[in-house]
Amino acid sequence: MQNENTARLLKQGAIWGFIVLELIFFSVAGKFLSLSDGAFMDLDNMLLLLKQSAPIGIIALGMTIVMINGNIDLSVGAIFALSAVILLDSMTWPIFEGLGDWVIPVSWLLALATGTALGALNGLIVWKTGVDAFIVTLGSMLGYRGLVFMYNGEQPTSNLNWTLVDFAEAQPLGLHTATWFLLGCTAVLWWLLNRTVHGRNAYAIGDNREAAVNASIRVGPHMMINFMIIGFLAALSAAVFYSESGSVNPNDGSLYELWAITAVVLGGTKLTGGRGSVISTFGGVIAIQLLRKGLGYIGADTETVNLVIGLILIAVLYLDKQLNRKGKEELRI
Amino acid sequence: MAALTWSNITQVLAKQGILIAFALFMFGFALANARFLDIDNVLGVVRSSAILGVMALGVTFVVISGNLDLSVGSMMSFSTIVVLDLHDKIGPALAIPAMFALTLCLGALIGFLVGYLRLNSLIVTLGMLSAIHGLTLTWSGGKNMDIADKQGTWFGIFGQDEMLGVPVPILVFVLLAVVLSVLLARTPFGRKVYAVGGNGTAATFSGIPRARIVFCTYLISAFCVACAGLLQASRSLGSQNTVGQGLELEVLAAVILGGASLLGGSGTVFKTVIGVLILGFIQNGLLLVGLEFYVQYVVTWVIIILAVWLDVAAKRGRLWSPIA
Repeated sequence: MQNENTARLLKQGAIWGFIVLELIFFSVAGKFLSLSDGAFMDLDNMLLLLKQSAPIGIIALGMTIVMINGNIDLSVGAIFALSAVILLDSMTWPIFEGLGDWVIPVSWLLALATGTALGALNGLIVWKTGVDAFIVTLGSMLGYRGLVFMYNGEQPTSNLNWTLVDFAEAQPLGLHTATWFLLGCTAVLWWLLNRTVHGRNAYAIGDNREAAVNASIRVGPHMMINFMIIGFLAALSAAVFYSESGSVNPNDGSLYELWAITAVVLGGTKLTGGRGSVISTFGGVIAIQLLRKGLGYIGADTETVNLVIGLILIAVLYLDKQLNRKGKEELRI
Repeated sequence: MAALTWSNITQVLAKQGILIAFALFMFGFALANARFLDIDNVLGVVRSSAILGVMALGVTFVVISGNLDLSVGSMMSFSTIVVLDLHDKIGPALAIPAMFALTLCLGALIGFLVGYLRLNSLIVTLGMLSAIHGLTLTWSGGKNMDIADKQGTWFGIFGQDEMLGVPVPILVFVLLAVVLSVLLARTPFGRKVYAVGGNGTAATFSGIPRARIVFCTYLISAFCVACAGLLQASRSLGSQNTVGQGLELEVLAAVILGGASLLGGSGTVFKTVIGVLILGFIQNGLLLVGLEFYVQYVVTWVIIILAVWLDVAAKRGRLWSPIA
C-alpha cells in the first residue's frame, strides 16, 4: 500500500519534476551555449512559451478525455484545418456582408460548430458501427483532409481581420489571449472530469467497459460526447490560432494528432483508458514546448528536437511500465 | 437448409467482401472510362502503388502479430536519404547493403522495445516516427539529397527500368508478395505469427517464443521499408527529407482495407495486396472520370469504414453495434 502510494505520487509529480529539470538545464546550459544575451527564464520568454503551447495544448486536453474514455482520435489535425478554413472563409461570405465586425462571433461559432459536428460524426460512427475508434478516426483523418483540399484546392485560405488580430494579440492581465484559452479549457475540463457524472462515467467506461455496461452506464452517448468535445477543442484551437495568423494552408495541422498524443502520454494518461488527468496533460504540453524552445535556445538544430522528443516518449513509456508493474497483473515471461 | 438470411449474406460478404468490392469497382470504372482497363494504365497504377505496397506487406506481419507500426513512413525517408547520400560516398554497390543494414538496425530496435520489453507498440513507433525523422534530418543536414552524376550511374535500374516488359518496381512488389505470402501461410513461423496475434498468452503457454516472433515481424517490416526506400531513391535519384511523411497511415489504411484486424490474428498477404490495389485504382479511376485528386481521400474514408464495419458486423452477426 505504501509502495503504491509512493509510485502514484512519483507518477503524478514526474512531469512537473521533469519540467523543473528542463528549466534548470536550459538556464545553466544557456549561459555557456546560447548566442543571445537574454536569460532563458525571462518573463516574456515564458509568456511566449505558454502562448505557443496553446494550439497543441488545447487539442491535447481533448485527447486526454477521449483517451481516458478508452478511445483515440487521429483526425484532430484535419478537424483543426477544416475549422480554420471555415473560420477565415466565412468572414468573406456575401450573406454576412452587412454585419461589419459582428461577423467575427458568427464566424467563430461556425468554426466551432464545424469542429463539433465532425467530432460528433466520428463519435456516432464509433458508437453505431462498433468499429474501433483508431480505424474510424484514421479514416476520417483522410476524409476530413480531403474535404479541406476540396474546399480551396492547394491554395491557402487567407483573410486578415484587424479587429480579430488585435483581439488575438491582446494581453489581458499580462497573459496572451491564447494562454487564457488554454488555461480556461484546462479548468473547464478538470471540472468536467472530476466534478460531473459524465466525467466519472468516462473514467468508468475506460477502466472497464463491461463493468460500466453492467452498472447501466450508457457507453455510447458518453463516447460520442467526448468525441464532440475533442472536435470542439480542435476547432477552438484553430479559431484562436488563425485569428492571429489569418492564413491557413490545406496541409496545416497534419501531425498535430501525434504531438497531442505525445503530450497526453508524457502526462501519464493510460493508453487503455481509465486513468489520467488534464492537469498532467497540461504539464506534458509545457514540457514539450520547453524542450523545443530550450533546444533552440542552446543552439541545437530543429532536427535534434524530434530525436529527443521521440526518445523521451519511449523512455517515459518504459519507466511507466516499471512503476506500474504489480506482481498480480503482470505475467512475467 | 442454408437459408438466405441476413447473417449468411454478411458471412459471405465478410469473407469475400473485399474481392467483391474490388470487382465492382473495376467494373464501374471500366464502364465509366474505356481507358481504365488499358494495359498501360493498369501497369501504371500498379507501378505507382508498388512503393506503398512493399511497405504494406511488411506492416501486414506486424499487424497480424497484434501490433502497430507507425514508423514506416519516416523510416522510408531515412533509408532513401541514406542510400542516396552513401551512393556518392562509397558507390552504389556498397551503399545498398549499408542502407539495408542501418534500416534493419532501426527495425531491430523497435522489435526489441515492443517484443522483449513489451512496451506499447503504438507509442513506441510514434516515438520512433519522431526520432527517426530527427535522425534523417541530422544525416542530411536538412538539405535535399541528390545524386551528383545522374546519367552515369546504374543505380536507376530498380526504379526506372523494365524487365521483360514489366517495370522493375512491380517485379519487386510481386516477388516480395509471393515470398512473404509463402512465409506467412506455409511455414511454422507464419503460424506462430498468427498464434501470437490471436492470443498472446495462449501462444506463450504453448511454448511459442512471443518476444522473438514480434521481434522478427519488425525486422520483416524494416526489410520491406528498406526495399521501398531503394525503389523510391532509384526512381527519382534525389529526395526530400520528408518523402515518406504520412505514408504510415496510408499503409495502415491499405492493410486494414485488406481485412487485417488491428487486434491481431487475422489478415493475409494476398488481401493486403488487394487493399493496396484498391487504393491505387480508386485514385486512378477517380482521376480518369475527371474528379479532383482530393476526392480520393473522401472515398477512401468511406470505403475503409464500410469495409471494417462489414467485417465487424459479420463477426457479431448483426449490423448495428450492441453498445447502448
